[in-house]
Amino acid sequence: MNRKPTSWAHPIAYALGMVKSFATRFGLGIALVILWQFAATRVGSIFFPPPTEILHRAAELWLSGPPRRLFLGDGVFQDVLPSIARLLSGWVLAVLVGLPLGVLIGRSRMASDLLDPSLQFLRAVPGPALIPIFIILLGTESTMRVALIAFGSVWPILLNAIEGTRAVDPLQLETARAFRLPRHARLWRIVLPAARPKIFAGMRVSLALAIILMVVSELVASTNGIGYRIQNSQIMFLLTDMWCGIVLLALLGCALNWLFIKVENRALAWHRGARGRGAAS
Amino acid sequence: MSGRIVDADRKYAAFAATAARVVAGVLIFFLAAEVVTRLEIVPPIYLPRASTVLYRMFALLQDPSFLRQVLATLQAWGVGLTLAILISVPLGVLIGTSEPAYKMVSPIIEFMRPIPSVALIPLGILLWGQGFPMKVILVAYATTWPILFNTVYGVHDVDPIAIQTARCFGLRPAAVLRNISLPSAAPFIFTGIRISASIGLIVVVGAELLASADSGIGSYILFVSSSGGQMDSVLAGAAIAGLVGVAINAILARIDRRLFGWRYLGGAPA
Repeated sequence: MNRKPTSWAHPIAYALGMVKSFATRFGLGIALVILWQFAATRVGSIFFPPPTEILHRAAELWLSGPPRRLFLGDGVFQDVLPSIARLLSGWVLAVLVGLPLGVLIGRSRMASDLLDPSLQFLRAVPGPALIPIFIILLGTESTMRVALIAFGSVWPILLNAIEGTRAVDPLQLETARAFRLPRHARLWRIVLPAARPKIFAGMRVSLALAIILMVVSELVASTNGIGYRIQNSQIMFLLTDMWCGIVLLALLGCALNWLFIKVENRALAWHRGARGRGAAS
Repeated sequence: MSGRIVDADRKYAAFAATAARVVAGVLIFFLAAEVVTRLEIVPPIYLPRASTVLYRMFALLQDPSFLRQVLATLQAWGVGLTLAILISVPLGVLIGTSEPAYKMVSPIIEFMRPIPSVALIPLGILLWGQGFPMKVILVAYATTWPILFNTVYGVHDVDPIAIQTARCFGLRPAAVLRNISLPSAAPFIFTGIRISASIGLIVVVGAELLASADSGIGSYILFVSSSGGQMDSVLAGAAIAGLVGVAINAILARIDRRLFGWRYLGGAPA
């Protein structure tokens, strides 16, 4: 472990430490991008355009708008924002349905035992396989896509909420009952806080699933969205545009994951403290 | 918990109770689905009755040409997953055991992991066509990350005291790896494989459907939905894919419990 001097007494050592930690964090990534750039310009494969070209095209697509729109290009309004809106509404819908339902089912041992096989089965049905049904029932508008995202990403939340609620320490519940805590107080003060780590883990898994389903839903009978843009570029053989979409999705996935971890850390800080050690995902 | 010796009768009774609950649960689910579909809120051509779908499932499971599609899906899934295991377990062990490598590579894993694999379907079609290789590579890509992630963290989080003790006893690094790091990381690695197995199945079926592949459950679903919209066949195909997923998960959970049961003294594997 390199010790990082935190005081300004040794500015040079401090700067060196900063450079070193930056290099270990991003060094390999930067090296790989440079390697890709070098290889792409050398070989000149049309399938793998150099990163600079992708970056240039991405700026053209998404950052070429007028200043009154914060320089955001048409692509942002046509594809990126609708995608994100559908993703978030689908996921929020999944949380709003899965979380209360999961807690409700988890409170009853009988209900969770009876429903478990069916839920495991429904979770295992691949979301993309249901696209034909969703199109027939809900059309090809945003409603269908939001519904598909919600349906596909609800299971991890639901199952984890059930499991988390079931695993609440019975001693704590009995103590609360002995002290005559009313039902809603037991729910809010004991059941929900104890189940929270499980619930958050489920929400995180389902967020990753929601991104996948967002793309999947946009690859079929779609007229806009990041997934549509990627597929359309592939059909028109605009490979740089296609790569722009892939990179954007990667960044979106990372940003959402990072954001979620921030929220999770805040929400679970007391729990980590109580258990002494952070739970690995 | 109670006695050490569990007599066969009690074990049998517990098994029977679980089986009864499963059967009752499945029956309730099926009856509820049947009632909802019989209300005909939407016309049955769009949403067929649950019993029609069930009937179609039995017909499909006896149809050799459909079973070949299931086999094609399982083949692509199995080869892709095996490839991912062969790549990411050794790589993960390598990264996890070396502190500098761990520090340098984990940001990259964190960046690559959330990339939705389905976003690569268009690229996959361009590079490898619509057949078996494209499916295998997409599955391998998608399933690599959970295994790699779990291997790296499993190996990295091995109790340092155990490793130092082994070193004090003069064990060579290879022996430390074999006797301490790997056994203690094995449950994590297996969890990664389990997660990957279910992700892989979703990715294969999705790729088959979205890339209109030449074979597989996904391409069957695409075919029946585009030729006259036989929704009972679509749902039956999706349900069979789901059953395959449940079966795979159940088998892997069983193996997990048998191999690493000692880890789950507090409760069942998540």
